[in-house]
Amino acid sequence: MTDTTQAAGPVAGQAAGEPAPEAETAEDGATRRDFLMLTAAATGAVGVAGFGWALVDMMNPAADTLALATTEVDLSGVEPGQAITVMWRGKPVFIRHRTNGEIMSAEAANLDDLPDPEPDSARIVGGRTEWLVVVGVCTHLGCIPLGQRSGDSQGDFGGWFCPCHGSHYDTSGRIRRGPAPDNLPVPEYQFVEDLRIRIG
Amino acid sequence: MAHASPPPAFKNPMVRWIDSRLPVFTLMQKEYGVFPMPRNANYFWNFGAIAMVMLMVMIVTGIFLSMHYTPHVDHAFNSVERIMRDVNYGWLMRYVHMNGASFFFIAVYIHIFRGLYYGSYKAPRELLWMLGVVILLLMMATAFMGYVLPWGQMSFWGVTVITNLFSAIPMVGDSVVTWLWGGFAVENATLNRFFSLHYLLPFVIVGVVFLHVAALHVTGSNNPTGIDPKGPQDTLPFHPYFTIKDTFGLVVFLLIYCGFVFFAPNFMGHPDNYIPAQPLVTPAHIVPEWYFLPFYAMLRAITFDFLFIEAKLGGVIVMFASVFILFLLPWLDTSRVRSARFRPIYKWFFWVLFVNVLILGQVGALAADDPFEMFGISFGFISATTVGQICTFYYFFHFLVLLPLLGKFETPLPLPRSIHESVLPKGARGGGPLPAGAAAKPMGKA
Repeated sequence: MTDTTQAAGPVAGQAAGEPAPEAETAEDGATRRDFLMLTAAATGAVGVAGFGWALVDMMNPAADTLALATTEVDLSGVEPGQAITVMWRGKPVFIRHRTNGEIMSAEAANLDDLPDPEPDSARIVGGRTEWLVVVGVCTHLGCIPLGQRSGDSQGDFGGWFCPCHGSHYDTSGRIRRGPAPDNLPVPEYQFVEDLRIRIG
Repeated sequence: MAHASPPPAFKNPMVRWIDSRLPVFTLMQKEYGVFPMPRNANYFWNFGAIAMVMLMVMIVTGIFLSMHYTPHVDHAFNSVERIMRDVNYGWLMRYVHMNGASFFFIAVYIHIFRGLYYGSYKAPRELLWMLGVVILLLMMATAFMGYVLPWGQMSFWGVTVITNLFSAIPMVGDSVVTWLWGGFAVENATLNRFFSLHYLLPFVIVGVVFLHVAALHVTGSNNPTGIDPKGPQDTLPFHPYFTIKDTFGLVVFLLIYCGFVFFAPNFMGHPDNYIPAQPLVTPAHIVPEWYFLPFYAMLRAITFDFLFIEAKLGGVIVMFASVFILFLLPWLDTSRVRSARFRPIYKWFFWVLFVNVLILGQVGALAADDPFEMFGISFGFISATTVGQICTFYYFFHFLVLLPLLGKFETPLPLPRSIHESVLPKGARGGGPLPAGAAAKPMGKA
């Protein structure tokens, strides 16, 4: 501001009688109006961007939604071959107590045949191969695959089958056939006791 | 009356007082009183006005429904059932609103195909057409969010599947979906924001409709011959000739609409939406409302990876492209003749496209692995998905290949010299029995 004013002074003196815009012209050709325009526009842009971000971020999950992000589950009543479904972050989590046969078929799968190659050992926690914990939401378009209840179709690979668009998952929750692009995700979880896990 | 082109002198002093300060009466007289309409506009020219009426019906019934609706996952379904059973005339308002969405789309789809047949999108009406496509997109968003509000099984799983489409976006997909949901699944935050936006968007549509009509009144309406009016003998004042024609068509349309509201209110709905939403049970067969079926079929047609694009992302791109391609239509169609009446080859391809879209709609209603069937006839040798892929290919082929080439290779029929010559019987040309006040005073004023 000060610079512009000083620079404008002598010029205005020399050009007495000239039209006003030229009278305010600084040495580099900028006027005070240009300066005001740029500062106002810059302030406005920062303000709009900042407020815009607040509006956008307001649509993200709120603090109480995030606070519900862990769940503890007691596994003691789940016999081999059985499965339970628990809710975590509003989504179903499938917990399956796998039989030896299911573990073996999961480990025997040829990784080259998988659309999303991942060994079974990378999908279990703490060496507890009998417990498989996966988020029960089909990675295609978010339907809930069948296979948790007895009598459900478990697909051609003994895991889960999504009725919406026909995705087959194996006993490690990996996609084997159908439109889903990825394996059922394994949530972050740990064994807090021998038969008790904390998801999240 | 209709032919007074200097500012009309209103008799009522109150009207004159207002008009000299805010010329709304002059405006209405200019745009809807003496506004020159091509005299040959047929009944397909009713559907813009019909769509406008449907928009008003939807806004009015929607406002009153919202006075009784509760946008909460625990109460939404029950509040809708309460509207149906306990609220005075709640059943009427809900059925009018519910079927109104379908009839709004029927009117708009006829309006769009009218534009396609008679070349209404061509210069100088490109912006008018593009504003129409914006309205279509806004209608789709509004209808989709409205369908979520009753919080039935189809509501819940429809929104789950469609919002999950955005997870196909590379890198940021999952964050975008979480942002859309306001949580880690479709939940209360999702329902609330959809209600808010469902209330907002219709008023945005009103704004774009205003621009659409403003643009229309700059260029004037197209007509079945596609040639421009050359003078007053080619047009009639909007009132009373087209106000009455629009009203008659509207009444017929509303009668059919009322037939559905009162005698088959759930014909176009899905029974599963009378089951409350259950986040742990996916219905065996998820289908959108009928007006989305062709687009849903195109979404599901892409079952294969294309170059580096995964099938899921490819489907999403194809589905959105099927609407966005309409923005480019004025430039894809290279023919300088507007109306299909004078385009012997395009005329056939128009109907092929129309049937193609109908088949896509049927494919969208079938499960992906089903054999294709239509009108109760099963075509066991071909799966619904394969038919969907062929029809999706043809849809884009029509716009991207056929239209640009047809304009170059098709020989149009000779155009009539003027509209009035094309509509009057041969003997009557040059001053026969014309409607009084229309061309009876030819070459009066523009």
